[in-house]
Amino acid sequence: MSLLEIEGIKKHFGSVEVLRGVNLAIDGGEVVALVGDNGAGKSTLMKIVTGIYQPDGGAVRFEGKSLTGRKPDEIRRLGIEMIYQDLALAKQQDVAANIFLGREPTRRVLGLPITMIDTPRIEREAEAMIRKLGARLPSVKYQVGKLSGGQQQSVAIARALTFNPKLVIMDEPTAALAVREVEHVLELIRELKRQRIAVILISHRLTDVFAVSDRIVALRQGVVVSDEPVAQTSMNDVVAHIVGAA
Amino acid sequence: MTTESPAKAAEAVKPVKGAGFAIRLESLAVLAVLLVALSILSPYFLSVSNFLNILLATAVIGVLGFGATFVIAAGGIDLSLGAVLALSGVVGALSMNALNFPWPIGILLCLATGCLCGAVNGFLNTKAAIPAFIATLGMLGVARGLALVLTNGVPVYGLPDEVLFIGQGRPFGVPTPVFIFLIVAGIAHFVLGFTRFGRYALVIGDNEGAARAMGIRVERQRVLLYTLSGGMAGLAGLLFAARVNSGDPTAGLSYELTAITAAILGGSNLFGGRASVAGTLIGALVMGVLQNGLNLLNVSSFYQQMAIGTVLVGAVWLDQLNRARVHR
Repeated sequence: MSLLEIEGIKKHFGSVEVLRGVNLAIDGGEVVALVGDNGAGKSTLMKIVTGIYQPDGGAVRFEGKSLTGRKPDEIRRLGIEMIYQDLALAKQQDVAANIFLGREPTRRVLGLPITMIDTPRIEREAEAMIRKLGARLPSVKYQVGKLSGGQQQSVAIARALTFNPKLVIMDEPTAALAVREVEHVLELIRELKRQRIAVILISHRLTDVFAVSDRIVALRQGVVVSDEPVAQTSMNDVVAHIVGAA
Repeated sequence: MTTESPAKAAEAVKPVKGAGFAIRLESLAVLAVLLVALSILSPYFLSVSNFLNILLATAVIGVLGFGATFVIAAGGIDLSLGAVLALSGVVGALSMNALNFPWPIGILLCLATGCLCGAVNGFLNTKAAIPAFIATLGMLGVARGLALVLTNGVPVYGLPDEVLFIGQGRPFGVPTPVFIFLIVAGIAHFVLGFTRFGRYALVIGDNEGAARAMGIRVERQRVLLYTLSGGMAGLAGLLFAARVNSGDPTAGLSYELTAITAAILGGSNLFGGRASVAGTLIGALVMGVLQNGLNLLNVSSFYQQMAIGTVLVGAVWLDQLNRARVHR
């Protein structure tokens, strides 16, 4: 049994068929690159996995459990995290609040059945996570909107890794970064692999894809057109699959 | 030193703490200036009884303002506050007066009317995807019209003594509405600043997509926020009716303008993500002091309307300058 099993997933928006029966399986600790042109259906497929969209047909299973009908918060609790291309950060909130967004630990107020957010704990654990990642941030109490692009990405990554995920989906994590920051993200993906955490990497930058992936899956017009180990393919082949020349 | 560059003015608009506690320092400054100026201009201004009057007048606006604060935190707007206040007061008064319901039921009906109007706003905004501006503007018309229909346009006079105590009582020499106002302020401050409910309101206003991606149930939260706002209007309706001993269908006319002004003046971002109950409290006090002062100086209420409108636009202008700085 694979960690994540995607079977015959279909999705249409109005009359546009975005996904036309996608099959894909991912094992624990595997780094799989998902490539394809704009509009090939990569983001839609991932939003089905994370529960933002519901599929029109097919099934998604994670550790054997069906994900159909589950809400995004349930799917996060099962161990799937996604780092969005736009990072999905609340810019007017601080770093700690963003890292714990949607799963804030709470504590009772004076023993009453009233709960409040446990801010000291959030700040303590956020601090520990930031240090573990080696990210350079002024403070976990700093407003996220005032951080640089690379620092904001560190916050999004820290959020995805704080709750011991089994699968991390990264949507274009290197597209907006400087060279040194790209290397940092690629090293992080290798580290996740060492910890047996599976990664789905969506990227247009094939050099990055070839640098860290075990397998490359190409999506075109809503179907998987190739699914090959990185050792058995080449950059030219992958480009050909993406544009439909092979 | 009379003119400042926009950039410099924006620099001064600095939130004191996190997004849930952002108090605009100007509002305190404005309040201080008003207090000093009015103390000099009017011999009647600086007295305990006048300050209690100000607090009493501020109570209704302040409670409405807290409702507005939660909705604005989530990037919404509630234009139906004044009309829902009137409808709630009318329903409460009719139930206790014409229908002879016991007073606890009357109070419950008053609050429930507010909550129901708010819930309808919330459903229209989420399920029917009608912009908050339009949904609550429609509610403004319907609620005000219904209040007039139910009463034939004539205030319903005569409420039970227990209810009158809520509006006119003076335990320890302080008007009851002032106590209620301050208690509600404390609870609202706690909810917005320290609970998940408040945090999620701010996050939805900040980045709705992020809220959704992180598993926050955005639609449910929105409906609850508008219900809360409607409930606050219901409470304000109760305070108002109890003070004037009647359910008046024309009560609270354009109060939403004053309540929203109080919230923005207090540092809430009209576009969501940042709001403060303490700020709204100060904003409401500014509005209360302003009205009181203009009354003492015998300025016509027509001019007062103009003053409120001007303050609202000025506060939003400051907010825009601040926004330009936050979202750089």
